[in-house]
Amino acid sequence: MFSNLIGVVDTSPEMLALFVGFGLVVGLLFGFFGMGGSFLVTPALLMLGYPASVAVGSGMAFVFGTAVIATLKHHDLGQVDYKLGAIMIAGTTVGIEVGRASVFYLEALGLADGIISVVYVFLLGGIGLMITREALSNDSDGGIDHDAAADEDLSEYEIPDIAKRIQETVRIPPMVTLRGDVHVSAWVITAVAFSTGVLSGFLGVGGGFIRMPAMIYAIGVPTPVAVGTDLFEIVFSGGIGSYLYGQSGGVDLGIVAPLLFGSALGARIGSAATAVVDADDIKVYFGGMLLAGSVAVGIGEIGTYLGNETLETLGLVLVIGAAVVVAAAIVFTTLRSLRASRGRVSATVD
Amino acid sequence: MSGLEIPTWDPQTAMLIGAILVEAVLLYVGYGGLERLVGPRLMRVIVGGSKDVQ
Repeated sequence: MFSNLIGVVDTSPEMLALFVGFGLVVGLLFGFFGMGGSFLVTPALLMLGYPASVAVGSGMAFVFGTAVIATLKHHDLGQVDYKLGAIMIAGTTVGIEVGRASVFYLEALGLADGIISVVYVFLLGGIGLMITREALSNDSDGGIDHDAAADEDLSEYEIPDIAKRIQETVRIPPMVTLRGDVHVSAWVITAVAFSTGVLSGFLGVGGGFIRMPAMIYAIGVPTPVAVGTDLFEIVFSGGIGSYLYGQSGGVDLGIVAPLLFGSALGARIGSAATAVVDADDIKVYFGGMLLAGSVAVGIGEIGTYLGNETLETLGLVLVIGAAVVVAAAIVFTTLRSLRASRGRVSATVD
Repeated sequence: MSGLEIPTWDPQTAMLIGAILVEAVLLYVGYGGLERLVGPRLMRVIVGGSKDVQ
């Protein structure tokens, strides 16, 4: 503990500034989109040369802290299904442990960095492609507006077709009734929880960007319940995951503390921006950022494989640059909307 | 290391995770207070008015 506190002091001012700034960007993305942001931390740490267990463990500890802050904000909105949360926590806990054990196993084989990076490339690339395609076709919701979601009645949410099919096909008892009058087999929830937990433990992410779509499309819960329950769960899963990594010396407070310092402020700005800007406006940037992130991790890995430092640096610049560009787009669009709104109010008054 | 592990009680790690939890709560409260204190003034400076701004 004390050696960890000393670790914060030992971190160079340049690195502290980098972590606070990166935390600000990640928090802004998390606050605005309600997901996607924390998964940038682990690849960035990997590219900065941290060992896989420290990059994943510190990434997970950062996710834990961010989830605590987000949950405090959403606590009063009443969007948490505790029954769903309890089953998800049980399944995710086992999944995280399997994922975490895999990291150490692969690390012992000397394969951890490469495989984690490859999984990132496919995951970020796949989700990025999906969101970009949806954004361009403009027929669905890529991000989650937490405040707007709170205003809608749960009964107004339509269950996606695929979730309906799963609910009708998999009817293995015990069946569970969730908020929004959703009837689903507990085994479906457990399977979703376990598989997202494995990814969470393996990649050191909260798993919100995988779990939220999974809860909506596989379990069929209304979006606001998915958001609230996910945040509630991340506090537990992130806490347990961080504890397990911490026991193995994988959590570096010198990384987590400054990241959290920046992200707490960024999350407030991003969250406030959702009240002003329609997420659809810049959803395409978000998908593009994920794609750029996957390309960056790929380039960085090729650089590591070839021993080419320029490629490694290019990968790092790309992953951070993409996040900074989207964060800047959010701030710019928010200010433009505010000024336009101010202009309209002035014109009406005149 | 590759097998499943049941979390065991480790006071040092618990304090480490506790420190992150405390930092998160302090940041939430601290930034919340800061937002209430300087938020409206900051919005006036940036946008030129805050009545229509959340």
